[in-house]
Amino acid sequence: MVNQTERNLYIAQNFTRQLIQKNISPEDVISIHKNAVEQIFPNQMNELQPAYDFLIEVMVHYGMAHREHQSLLQKQAEYEMEMKIATNIQKTLLKTYVPNMKNIDIGMISVPIRKMNGDYVHFFHDGEEYLSVAVTDVVGKGVPAALCMSMVKYGLETLVYAYKDPSYVLEVINRVIEKGVDDSMFVSMFYGCLNVEQNIFSYASAGHEPALHYSAKNDQFFTLEAKGLLLGVLSETNYTFHEIVLEENDLIIMMTDGVTEFRVKEELNSREVITTLIKENRHLSAQQLCQLLYKEIERVQNFKLFDDFTVVILKK
Amino acid sequence: MTYRSSVEIITEWDIVAARQLGRNEAKALGFGTVDQARITTAISELARNIYLYASIGIIAIERVEADTEKKIVVVATDQGPGIKDVRKVMEDGYSTSGGLGAGLPGVKRLMDSLDIQSVVGEGTTIRAEKWLR
Repeated sequence: MVNQTERNLYIAQNFTRQLIQKNISPEDVISIHKNAVEQIFPNQMNELQPAYDFLIEVMVHYGMAHREHQSLLQKQAEYEMEMKIATNIQKTLLKTYVPNMKNIDIGMISVPIRKMNGDYVHFFHDGEEYLSVAVTDVVGKGVPAALCMSMVKYGLETLVYAYKDPSYVLEVINRVIEKGVDDSMFVSMFYGCLNVEQNIFSYASAGHEPALHYSAKNDQFFTLEAKGLLLGVLSETNYTFHEIVLEENDLIIMMTDGVTEFRVKEELNSREVITTLIKENRHLSAQQLCQLLYKEIERVQNFKLFDDFTVVILKK
Repeated sequence: MTYRSSVEIITEWDIVAARQLGRNEAKALGFGTVDQARITTAISELARNIYLYASIGIIAIERVEADTEKKIVVVATDQGPGIKDVRKVMEDGYSTSGGLGAGLPGVKRLMDSLDIQSVVGEGTTIRAEKWLR
């Protein structure tokens, strides 16, 4: 046989690219090769024929695997397209409208870890008198969590008539979820209602991350804990509510466990990180505080978040 | 004209006999080496399915030679358990092949057409055709 040169091999490799682009299967490639050899060395073909035929036979199976792979790739592209559409629908469906109020400064940030958000924030307000906020977190992430969340949202929307009563809201949503959603789905919710004129904040919680109250007068943080079962566990569950008085420059910080659970640097006390940061920057607006908190916690965790991240801050 | 011959699939070695028959017929009809290998592989897959899932069945090969068209037809018949959901087995990645590309979708790609008739508890008939171009 003639001497092989690197130049020839390079040309062959470039040719391969074309073959792959044109979807030529491996068995056809060998057949093309066999025919070329036959033309150039007709005398040697008798001996080589069985070897080539053997190789073609083997490669038919590789070709099958290759084509299946091709078709699965196409399927995957279709799934991704569907996912993209679903994500857009979810964004429209679960869009939170942050109210603009005269006497209360409201800030909010919600960042999903995957394409779809398993956290959701819902506001109610009645002119300037009352402001209610629900911070929810579905146990689980991605598509199932998002589907479950749309139910929570529509449940909440039916409660416009009763949004001032945290216990009642949690009890109704609990029944909605318990009846309508798969047994493995649970939702945690912190629900608070602020009577703007009387400065009373009443709240209840269904297995949710406790909120924080920063008292400007005492320059101190208080944890707003409330006991209550996760939503969707038992149909008849009662939730007790608590009340605090809000004073000038006080803050309420509500969040999901994506904010407080540090997986990197577990030795750090997340609540301490949060309270220190807020105390130092309490002069900022509620929205600026939310953004700062996100940036700082992302940095502390080496820019790797493990859960959907949601914070709502109310500033008196 | 149609020439029909068949092989009974009882032991694993009958798969080899079915392959041999198919290859001879494909060659006689004028298929090239690569298509012969494809037809043989398709027969192999169908015969293997009979051997693995129905234990006994028949692979029949028809060589159709008309003025207008020439084609080879492979008919695999068994009285096995049948296929519950035909649409499912035609989906890529469903069969137990685990990414080997085998299974019925693979057979369909090797041939030109594939038709499946199956009744649960009674058996399955699969008809695969490939035209000579």
